[in-house]
Amino acid sequence: MAPDSLQAAKTPDTRSPLLRPNLFTGVIGLAIGYIIGVWIGRRVGTHLDWVSAIDQNDVSVLLGYSLGTIGYIAGLGLLDYPFRRLLGQRPVDVVKKDTGAWRYLTVSTDHKVIGMQYLWGIGVFFFIAGLNAMLIRTNLLRPSPPIFSPGQYLTIVGLHGSMMVMMVSSIILGPFGHYLVPLMIGARRMAFPRMEALTFWLTPLSGVVLMSAISYGGFPTGWTGYPPLALQANAGMDAYIFAFFLVAVAMILNAINLMVTIITMRAPGLSWNRLPIFVWSMLATTVLMLLGAPVLVAGLLMMTLDRTSGTNFFVAGAGGSPFLFENLFWFFGHPEVYILALPGFGIVLEILPVFARKPLWGYRLAVSGLLGVALLSFMVWQHHLFVSGINSNLRPFYMLTTELISVPTGFVFLAGMGTLWRARIRYSVPMLFCLAFFFNFLIGGLSGVFLSDVPSDVSLHGSYFVMAHFHYTIMGGLIFAFFGGFYYWLPKMNGLQLNERLAKIHFWTMFVFFNSTFLPLFALGLMGMPRRVSTYAPHLQFLNDWVSVSAFALGISMLVFLVNLAYSYGIVRIPADANPWQSRGLEWQVPTPVPLENFDEVPTILAGPYEYGDANAPPVARLGPILPAVAGD
Amino acid sequence: MTTDNTEPAPDLRRVGVVWLVLSVIGVLLVIFALGPHIPPGSATAQAHEQHKANVIISAILTPIAIGLLVYFAYALTVFRQRGDVIEDGPPIHGNSRLQGAWLIGTVTVVLFLAAYGTYALYATESSAAGAGGGQGATLISAAPAGALQVQVVSQQWQFTFRYPQYGGVETTQLALPLNRTVVFHVTSLDVIHSFWAYQLGVKVDAVPGADNVADVTPHKLGTFNVRCAELCGVWHGAMATTGLVLSPSAFSSWIAQQRVKNAPATRHLPPYHSVYYPDPIERAG
Amino acid sequence: MTFNRRIAGIAAGTAAAIVLITWYVMSWVTSFPPTVMAGTTGGVTNVTFQTVPSYGHQPHPDWVSYLVKNTQGQWVHSTVVQVPAHSLVRLTIYQFDTATGLRNPLWSQPRGTVGGTETINGKPVASIDPTLTSHTFAVPDLGVSVALPGVGDNAPNQCSVTPCALSMAHTTITFTIRTGKPGHYRWQCFVPCAAGFPNGFGGPMQTVGWMDGYLNVA
Repeated sequence: MAPDSLQAAKTPDTRSPLLRPNLFTGVIGLAIGYIIGVWIGRRVGTHLDWVSAIDQNDVSVLLGYSLGTIGYIAGLGLLDYPFRRLLGQRPVDVVKKDTGAWRYLTVSTDHKVIGMQYLWGIGVFFFIAGLNAMLIRTNLLRPSPPIFSPGQYLTIVGLHGSMMVMMVSSIILGPFGHYLVPLMIGARRMAFPRMEALTFWLTPLSGVVLMSAISYGGFPTGWTGYPPLALQANAGMDAYIFAFFLVAVAMILNAINLMVTIITMRAPGLSWNRLPIFVWSMLATTVLMLLGAPVLVAGLLMMTLDRTSGTNFFVAGAGGSPFLFENLFWFFGHPEVYILALPGFGIVLEILPVFARKPLWGYRLAVSGLLGVALLSFMVWQHHLFVSGINSNLRPFYMLTTELISVPTGFVFLAGMGTLWRARIRYSVPMLFCLAFFFNFLIGGLSGVFLSDVPSDVSLHGSYFVMAHFHYTIMGGLIFAFFGGFYYWLPKMNGLQLNERLAKIHFWTMFVFFNSTFLPLFALGLMGMPRRVSTYAPHLQFLNDWVSVSAFALGISMLVFLVNLAYSYGIVRIPADANPWQSRGLEWQVPTPVPLENFDEVPTILAGPYEYGDANAPPVARLGPILPAVAGD
Repeated sequence: MTTDNTEPAPDLRRVGVVWLVLSVIGVLLVIFALGPHIPPGSATAQAHEQHKANVIISAILTPIAIGLLVYFAYALTVFRQRGDVIEDGPPIHGNSRLQGAWLIGTVTVVLFLAAYGTYALYATESSAAGAGGGQGATLISAAPAGALQVQVVSQQWQFTFRYPQYGGVETTQLALPLNRTVVFHVTSLDVIHSFWAYQLGVKVDAVPGADNVADVTPHKLGTFNVRCAELCGVWHGAMATTGLVLSPSAFSSWIAQQRVKNAPATRHLPPYHSVYYPDPIERAG
Repeated sequence: MTFNRRIAGIAAGTAAAIVLITWYVMSWVTSFPPTVMAGTTGGVTNVTFQTVPSYGHQPHPDWVSYLVKNTQGQWVHSTVVQVPAHSLVRLTIYQFDTATGLRNPLWSQPRGTVGGTETINGKPVASIDPTLTSHTFAVPDLGVSVALPGVGDNAPNQCSVTPCALSMAHTTITFTIRTGKPGHYRWQCFVPCAAGFPNGFGGPMQTVGWMDGYLNVA
C-alpha cells in the first residue's frame, strides 16, 4: 500500500478498539453535558420571572442541548485532535481500517465508512418520519370525532415535516455524496476528513434532539416554525430550534468540505468537461447550503433570544415583526428545497446513460441547468409570501423569477429525454426508479407552475395543492432517485447483491401507491382543504380515505424494501461483481470491496464517463496496479 | 463533442403527429369540459380571475405534459435492448439546434405566463386587480367610493368581523351585500392566520401589527366557506365559518340587527383602527 | 462470535429499541383526556366545571385549568364532556381564578345561551366588564360564548391547588344552551389566561384537557 505521507507522521492510536472513543462514550458525554447544561439553566431560570409561571425553562432546555452536544462531540473523540494541537502535542490519529463492524460505531476518517454511516443514520429517520406520516393519515380518516388530540396531531405533523426536511434532505448527499465523490474524481479522501466525520455525527444527534420534543410536549408550528406561534410554544419548540441549528451547521461544514474536495482534489485529466454529472449536482448543492444555511442560523438565533431572553425580534407591537422571520426563513427555505431536488437530478442523469448505453445527451446543457437552478433559487423566495401582505409590487418580479426557474429544470428533462433517444434501454431496477423520477417530477414541476402564478396561487396557497406539489417533487423526485441510487450503488458499497424480484415488487408497489396517495391531494387542495389541519369538511371524506388507504399501502411497499435488505444482507449474502452494470464510471473501475485508499496510484483520467457507443473512446482512466484487498488488520 | 445534425428519424414524425392530435383534444377538453369545473368558480370577479388563470395555465401545460409523456412512452417501448447481449447505442452527445429551440420555447412559455399573471394582477378591471390575494397595506387600484369596509379580526381560534361604517360593530358572522365592492382589512391579534374565503376567491394572511388588504365584489347570492389557511395553533383545522352574501336590503336589516344585538359588547370595543395591540403582547406575568 | 449470531444480536437489539421507542411515542400520541358523561335530571342535563388559577399537581402545577365534575360528584381533570343531542344543557362554572382581561372585548357579551344572558352569582347579566374577565367558555361552532368574571385580586382564601372547594373565593356562573345535532364540538377559552406565555395563549390554552376541550353531543 503506498504510504500516505501525512499518515506516517502521526502517532497511531494503539489503544484497544473498545477503549477508543465511540458512539457509546459519545452518548455518555451527551448525558453529562446535558445534565450540566440543565443545571446551569435552572440557576439562570430563577432570575426569569416567567419560568415559574409557565412550568418550563427554555434556557435550561437549550443549555442542556448545547452542552450535551459539546459533551457528545468530546465523548466521540472529535476534540482530541484540536486539543492536542493546541497543547503542542503530537496528535494521535485514527488508523483507517477496512474490516470490522466496530468501525461504524466510532469516528472514522474514511469517507466510505462515513458514507455507510450516513446511509443507516439517515435511513432510520426516514422510516421514523414515514411512520409519522402513517399516523397523520390515520387521523385524517374521518373529520370527526378526532382520533388523536389536536395538539399531538400537530406535533406529529411537525415531526414528520421537520425530520424529512432536516435529515432526509441529506439522504443523497450524505451516503452517496460522501462515498462516491472522492471515487468519482479519483481522490483517496475528502479534503477535510475529520470535519466530514463531525458532520455525520451531528446528524443522528439532531434527529434524537428533534424526537425529544415529545418529552417536552411537542411543538405546534410545523416545520416552518413561524413566530409568534413559535414564541407561544412549549419547550418542544426548543428541540426543533436546536435540531435545525445542528443540521444547518452540518450543512455548512458539508458544503465547505465537498466544495473544496471537488474543486481542488480532482485527479489529473479530470477537466470540468469530464466531471460526472452527479459530482456537478453535489457542487451546485454545496453552493446552496453554504449561502442559505447561515441565514437560517440567524433566524433561529433570533427566535431563541425571543423565547429565552425577552427580546422582541418577531413581536409586533414591541418593535419587531413576524415578517422578519418569514423572510429569513424562506431565504434559506427556498434554496433548501433545491438542496432536496438537485441531488435527485444528479443521480438520475448519472444512472440514465448506463442503462441507456448512450452518452449523457446535452451534458453542458444539463450542467447549466443545475447551476442555473442553484443561482435562481436565491431569487425566488417571496413566492412563499405572495398573499402575506408583502408590497404587492414585488410580486410580479418574484413571479417572473419563479417561472424562470422552470427553464433550467427543463434542461434536465431535455438531457434525460435526449439520452433515451435511440438508446438500448435495460429495465433494471435503478433505471425504473430513474424513469419514475421523470414521471413524478413532471407532475410536481408542472404543478409548481400554478403556484408560481400569483392569481392562481391565491386560491392554492396554504392548501393541499401545495402539499401535493412538494410531495411529488421531493418524494417523487428525491426519494425515488435515492432508491434508484441505492439499488445502483450498494453492490459497490457493500459488495452484496440485492434480490431483483423483491426490488421490482418494491418499485411497482411504491410507484403505484405513491401516485395513488398524492394525486388526489391536488383535488383536495382545489376543493378548499387547507394544510396542517386535523379535521376537514365532511364532503371531503371519501378522497381523504382513499389517500389514507393508499398511504398505508405505500408504507407497506417500504416494508418490502426492508424485507429485501434483511434477506439480501442478512440471509443469502450473494457477493456482487465489481462492475455489475458495466458502467464506465470511475467508481466502478475499482474492485469490490473498495480498497482502503481507493486507488493504488492517483489515476489519470483519459475520457469522460459517458462515452458509450464509441468504439474508439479510451477507457475512463488509467489506474495504477490494484492490489487485492487486505483482509483483517 | 459530436453534434448530430442529421434529419430527425421518421419515428419522430409519427410521435409528433400523435402529440399534436392528443394535445388538441387535451386542450379542448381542458378548456371546455374541465374548465368550467375548475375551482374556485366565478362567484366574484376575483374568483373568476383565479379561475381564468387556472384554465389558461392548464391549457398551456397540457401540450407540454402530453408531449413529454408521449415521447417517454415512445422511447421506452421502441428503444429497448433486444435480446440478452448488452450493446451500446449511437454516441450522440447533443444537438445544438434542438437545445436552442427548447431554450427559446421554454423561455417563451415562461415569459408569456409571467406577463399574463402580471396583467391579471394589474390591468384587469379595477375591481379584480390583485385577484383577491392580500396586497399589503394598500390596494393596487383604489376601491370605488361606496365600497364596504370590513375588518377581519383574526384571533386564536375564530374570525370576527368589524364594520367601521356601521358604528364599528363587531360580529361573529360575516355577511356581505351583493354587487358592492368589499374591502377586507385583515389583521391579527396574536399569531399569523390567513383569511381564506373560498368561493369569494379571497386569501389574505393575517399578521399581527399589519393591515393586509384585499377587495372583492360578490356577484352571487348564497353562502361561502371561510377557513384559516395558515397554521395558527392547536385549533387551526377547526377555525372555519360560513359567510353569507345577501341582497342589499337583507344586508341592511342584518347589519341593523347585529348593531342592536351586539350593543352591550360594542361599547367596550376599542376604537376602530387598522391594527390592534391588545394586552398582553409579551409574556403575561 | 459467528456472523449469524452477531446479525441476530444486532437485529434483536434493534427490534427491542424500535419497540421501546414506538411504545413511548404511541403512548404520548394517543393520550386523550377521559370523556366525562353529564347527568340528566328532569329533562335538563347538568354540566359542572371549575376553573382554577393553578392546577397544583404534576405535570404542570402552575398552569390554569378547567376541571369537570362527574356523575359521582368527583372533580376530574378533563375537558371532554358528553351531553345528549337536541336537549337543554345547564352549565354551572365555579370560577376560582383572578381576572386577566379579554384581548377582544367582543367576548364580554354572552352569546348562544337560552335567553341571551348568563347568571353571575345569581344575577342575570347581558355583558360584563371585559377587564374583569378571567376566562370564557366558548363553543364557536354552536355560537356559544360566555365570559367568566374573576375573583378580586385581594379576595381572601384563594385556591391554588385543585380540586378547589366551594369554601374558597369564587364566582358562580350558570347558563343554559340547547344542543342540536350530534357531533364533536370543540370549545376553548378566549381570555389570554396562560400567564407567562406570549399573548397569554400558550401552554394550557393550546392543550386539550386544560383550557380546551370537546363537547360530545350524542
